[in-house]
Amino acid sequence: MKLKQLSIIISNQPGMLAHICEVLKDNKISISSLTLADTTDYGILRLIIQDWQKAKKALETDGLVIKESDVIAVAVPDRPGGLYRILKVLNDGNLNVEYMYGFSSFVEGKESIQIFRLNDIEKGIQVLTEAGVSIIGEEELFNGK
Amino acid sequence: MKWFCCGSNCLPILIWNGIGRASSIALYCMSNSVVFNPASAPDFLPICQLRELQLHRLQRMVQKAYERVPFFRAKMEAKNLTPQDIQSLSDIAKLPFSTKSDLRDTYPFGLFAEPMNKVVRLHASSGTTGKPIVVGYTKEDLNVWGNAVMRGMLSIGMSSEDVVQVSYGYGLFTGGLGAHAGAESLGATVVPASGGNTHRQVMLIKDFGVTAICCTPSYFIHLIDKAQSMGIDMRELPLRYGVFGAEPWTQEMRKYIETQTNLKAYDIYGLSEIVGPGVGMDCIHQAGPHIYEDYFYPEIIDPETGEVLPDGEQGELVLTTLCKEAMPMIRYRTRDLTSLNPEPCACGRTMRRIKRISSRSDDMFIIRGVNVFPTQIETALLAIEGTLPHYQIILRREHNLDTLEVQVEINSKMASDTVSEISALEKRITKNIHQIIGINAVVKLVQPNSLQRSEGKIQRVTDLRNLLSSKN
Repeated sequence: MKLKQLSIIISNQPGMLAHICEVLKDNKISISSLTLADTTDYGILRLIIQDWQKAKKALETDGLVIKESDVIAVAVPDRPGGLYRILKVLNDGNLNVEYMYGFSSFVEGKESIQIFRLNDIEKGIQVLTEAGVSIIGEEELFNGK
Repeated sequence: MKWFCCGSNCLPILIWNGIGRASSIALYCMSNSVVFNPASAPDFLPICQLRELQLHRLQRMVQKAYERVPFFRAKMEAKNLTPQDIQSLSDIAKLPFSTKSDLRDTYPFGLFAEPMNKVVRLHASSGTTGKPIVVGYTKEDLNVWGNAVMRGMLSIGMSSEDVVQVSYGYGLFTGGLGAHAGAESLGATVVPASGGNTHRQVMLIKDFGVTAICCTPSYFIHLIDKAQSMGIDMRELPLRYGVFGAEPWTQEMRKYIETQTNLKAYDIYGLSEIVGPGVGMDCIHQAGPHIYEDYFYPEIIDPETGEVLPDGEQGELVLTTLCKEAMPMIRYRTRDLTSLNPEPCACGRTMRRIKRISSRSDDMFIIRGVNVFPTQIETALLAIEGTLPHYQIILRREHNLDTLEVQVEINSKMASDTVSEISALEKRITKNIHQIIGINAVVKLVQPNSLQRSEGKIQRVTDLRNLLSSKN
């Protein structure tokens, strides 16, 4: 159910993001999704990559510091209240969404995929499953299209 | 055979030191079952004999410098001094000081006391501004240097059994070749890795079964970090001795290194103007570097007045070479702040110890009227779990107010995926710095390895205040 996300702290300087993408390109690694949290001095780049082990190794060899974290991909119905329902389930379960972002390379039906980082992922999976929310596993996410 | 076990081979020391002293060393060695190498004998000279030897060597050296180095002779004459004025060791206080600028003024060979056909080696500082500082060695000078480093290595228990990786830079910098000479004199197996290529360094340590490493402490911390990212636990390796120097470091760094590895971290002190590494080194008790006083005569002075201070008082370390042929250095002001400890050391060495150099007067900066040493920032930084001493201080002047920025390299333990965690870490660092120096620093996290290093050392302080104010 869980997905690996790689995070990299990058200082705010021109070319840093491009450099990371270049390293991945040179290693023939494709990014499935990403988001960039930014502050004035640095940003945190979060990546979802199918072959995350290979990506981690390539980026570390380049001298970057990588943090692995567990996230989940949740199918969010594409209609008013679709996201609200999921957030309510999490809220009722006393769970906190640390951040979330859209999964960009998945197009199917009337659902969008959102990546969630929760303070307690195990409990999150439990409450969402109990509420009938569909969590997309690695297999389906990368191969199901 | 290079080695003598004390129980059966005390004779060389008997001859050297007189019977009373030798038997006390023998007793010490036997009670600690230490293998005694005769090369260590001078370390244990009785004080009265040591002072006699120092005076004799000082007189000889002053005479030679007076005759052969016009720059020095002129300084003596300006003070109405001749070599005959040195009748006792305390007369050294009459002699003029030497400073780094003397070396610059006489660039490149103006302080040499031997013709170039006797000079077999040149080293030079990595000086970032202007001309470098050049030092020369005769064959005998190289022997003395190798001996000094070897005596340091012996004093921490190293032997010809050890595999020694030298990760100081080789070249004009004295670190690499100095440590190399010491380890080779010892008969150890030397791995001349030089600096850089961290990945390969870790591989060599592991594959060659390296037992001792010589490098800057901050570079070693970088190696620990690298090893971890390669899935290697340094604690599982046979690495037992760390010979660390070439930059001021703190007790916190020692603690960190010793918890992350199985080695003991020993401080080696030196500067190229005097010889390079090996002017002094920690013994096995890690109680501050013993200065090899038969080669280098230490004094502590008040840096303001130049007055000699008694043992135990804190001041600037001044060193005089007693055996250097190619470039005798008389009363060289090191800019290092420390004190001389004459108390007997548990190891039995009679050579005085200096307190670990935690600050160079050159590195000190004044911000908003407060004197700050980079090592204070380091202490603040290392008090936080997961931080490493890879930092740089940037001073700026904005709207007539001095600002202190501390750039800290991100490492794998600090990695995070949330802004809140990183901000919390920055705030903790700021708070710790404030507690120590009373100034609010702006803490900025920067990319790993992005701080510029020279010979494995990060330039700790960049002062942009004058630069900026002249622009305004």
